[in-house]
Amino acid sequence: MNVLTDNLSLFREGFIGTVELTVVSGIIAMVLGVIIAAFRVSPVPPLRVFGTVWVNILRNTPLTLLFLVAFFILPKILFPEMDSFVLGVVALGFYTSSFIAEALRSGINTVPMGQAEAARAIGMSFTQVMRIVVLPQATRAVIAPMGSIFIALTKNSAIAGGFDNVDLFNVTKTLSNDGYDITMIFIWVTLAYLIITYAINGAFRLLEHRMEVAR
Amino acid sequence: MKLRKSAATAAAIAALALTATACGGKEGSAGDKPEGPDTKGTKALSYTVKKDVSVDSAVFKDAKKRGKLVIGAKADQPYLGFQDQSTKEYSGFDIEIAKMIAADLGFSPKQIEWKTVDSGARETTVSKGDVDFMIGTYTINDERKKQIDFVGPYYQAGASLLVRKDEKDIKGPETVRGKKVCSIVGSTPLQNIKKPKYGAKVTELSKYSECVAQMLNNQVDAVTTDDAILMGYAAQNPKKLKVVGKPFSDEPYGVGLKKGDKALQKAIADAIKAHQENGDYKKAFDATIGKSGSEYKDPPAFTDPK
Amino acid sequence: MSASVLFDAPGPKAKVRNRIYSVVGTAAVLGLLVWVVLRLNEKGEFEGALWDIFNYSGIRDNIFEALLATLKAFAFAGVLSLVFAVVLCVGRLSDHRPVRWAAVIFIDLFRSIPLLITIFALWVGIVGDMTPFWALVLGLSIYNGCVQAEVLRAGINAVPKGQREAAYALGLNKTQVMTSVLFPQAVRSMLPTIISQLVVTLKDTSLGYMILYPELLYSARLIANNTPVNGTYPFVQTVVVVGAIYIALCMALSSLATWIEKRGRRTKTGIVVAAAVEPAETPGVLDATTPLGPSAAAEPAAGAAPEAGAGGPKGGSDRPDDEPSGPVGKSN
Repeated sequence: MNVLTDNLSLFREGFIGTVELTVVSGIIAMVLGVIIAAFRVSPVPPLRVFGTVWVNILRNTPLTLLFLVAFFILPKILFPEMDSFVLGVVALGFYTSSFIAEALRSGINTVPMGQAEAARAIGMSFTQVMRIVVLPQATRAVIAPMGSIFIALTKNSAIAGGFDNVDLFNVTKTLSNDGYDITMIFIWVTLAYLIITYAINGAFRLLEHRMEVAR
Repeated sequence: MKLRKSAATAAAIAALALTATACGGKEGSAGDKPEGPDTKGTKALSYTVKKDVSVDSAVFKDAKKRGKLVIGAKADQPYLGFQDQSTKEYSGFDIEIAKMIAADLGFSPKQIEWKTVDSGARETTVSKGDVDFMIGTYTINDERKKQIDFVGPYYQAGASLLVRKDEKDIKGPETVRGKKVCSIVGSTPLQNIKKPKYGAKVTELSKYSECVAQMLNNQVDAVTTDDAILMGYAAQNPKKLKVVGKPFSDEPYGVGLKKGDKALQKAIADAIKAHQENGDYKKAFDATIGKSGSEYKDPPAFTDPK
Repeated sequence: MSASVLFDAPGPKAKVRNRIYSVVGTAAVLGLLVWVVLRLNEKGEFEGALWDIFNYSGIRDNIFEALLATLKAFAFAGVLSLVFAVVLCVGRLSDHRPVRWAAVIFIDLFRSIPLLITIFALWVGIVGDMTPFWALVLGLSIYNGCVQAEVLRAGINAVPKGQREAAYALGLNKTQVMTSVLFPQAVRSMLPTIISQLVVTLKDTSLGYMILYPELLYSARLIANNTPVNGTYPFVQTVVVVGAIYIALCMALSSLATWIEKRGRRTKTGIVVAAAVEPAETPGVLDATTPLGPSAAAEPAAGAAPEAGAGGPKGGSDRPDDEPSGPVGKSN
């Protein structure tokens, strides 16, 4: 019996599930990450403190614990009747946002300070300094770590498979429970993950390349 | 230096947590104490431990050598297989059945090493030999028989529905269309309720107790599994939960063990039969799931081993 | 703050504006907090009875045992992962092509599979019978060993070329060059990153819940599930308690890393101590030529925890974050 051909639809579902989880939580993480990074470099102290606390708490908590919060506390306290998919991407997105915020912040820090100073010296405002001088360069520095973060996110999405989401881990578990040989399942699932991580890696390489040309 | 300070604070918190957990505190068990499945209810029960038992089985011989029988059980099902998190003691109907079997195999309750096994992990745990046998609301079915052997059934349960006390719409399996119903990965009632006949939207988690928590949070509308399990939750939390409808499937409970161990299978079957005949079975029933509202029925006839 | 590169010292107008932002920001943050607290209170999560469960010695012992189980798995996995890392790193830098390739494939493969799946497969028995403890430890060791191997390699590459050449010129053989020149300096410069990855190892022990290893999070779930108080399951309470323990442990470890990083910066060996960050994940799957390690490792990292403590961007001369990505990055 061949695990793959017998369960093609299940594998497809799991693959799509992993991709969906990654993409949606990736978007959430991007948005939140940019906001938090902005907080952390902003001139307003309370926002800076908020950003710092956010990053430190989320980075030092196991993701599984965040899933518990998302599934058993969030619906009770704040938003009832949420879909499991929504809760899953919230947990993944929040967790990843702290890493993105840090990557962005250090990206900004890689821009030599002389440039910002020079920009200020010729009379640019804060927004202009950021928009014209700092951010375009910071983006370049941030692309490689960003790719790594998204690959990590893909892998972390496996945890959602243990919480009422159909993804590749969920498929692994189901098939193993059905008595299929774990070795074969493992090989196919690994292949699926390699495809996704390759794709992300390729996309970011391409982006990096394009940015380099723009220099 | 800020860094050192934060490191010191963190270390202090960790140390505090360690010392706080390490000593002192109230005795006894925390949380609600429903009547029944605690050790008080079953303390009176004891079974004569047989001596000089010998079974021609590798699993048994290993157990004998290490002086401990490793039994897989559920930990989150009140009145069936439940572990008090303060005392770490297991209680419930399945636990009593396990003790009966152990006694007939020559192991006292103290010689039992319990292992908590979630539903979704049972086949794997049993077939790789992490436990000597598994006894935890384990429905006998053909799919599972491909991977492991069963002894039983020793009890006949049926799928039912657990809802919030104030629920009005759900009265039985016919009324769950479009509602969110929670059950656990790899359980038989889940497969049933998904069918077009019932048409429920399902949520799959890894423990029934988490389904119950989700229901109290209004995340799902009902929990489906065997009536005995559900009645346990309802009895544990009578103010907020109730069981509705008649059982709509047959769930014969068996003891799961590694495939091909005929001698141990027979020994376990003999043990269960003996205790069913001498009245221990009924006593155990009355002290456990009898208290959660299940009515006593005579044990079903054995199908495995034939 | 006036020293920030990004904005000028605020003038009178900006000062007023910043003050307004500050007030609004504080109000928003506080408002959010108050709202959460109110909602928690509304749901009765602050009732004494719910928190009282932690006053029972049984529950405390339970948490304590689980914490020990977590730390035990962490200790084994931490040590084993470093052993794996050294082996893989040596293989990665071997002169023999097959060995090098084997190491590259192994490292890249296991870094792109979710750890959860590796652990699960090990437990089910992909390579023979394994208890949950060993499946967890081995899974953690393999995955983190692969990451740490790349960290070490980055560290070795960061040692100025001249040192290696000088060592060879003195007549040392490869083993001697490795053990007495390259490795010590690599470990030294990469120590913060290595420790940061150990924090990841610690956090990932929580994946043991999937294979029924009774670690801290697994026990927390059982406590929350099995100890209802007046019909309420104490999820909020156990998550707060267990979360605090995790955060304290991880923060203690990470501040050790940042402390070493700061200390290392004072010395003048010409080798920059990497920032205390988790190394980047899988850049370049199965691709030996991708610049792995320091450049990638240093960037997302830069100033992870340290300045977090100090709060916000620091200005001018005190911007250490630029440095690591400099010399270390170039060495690739």
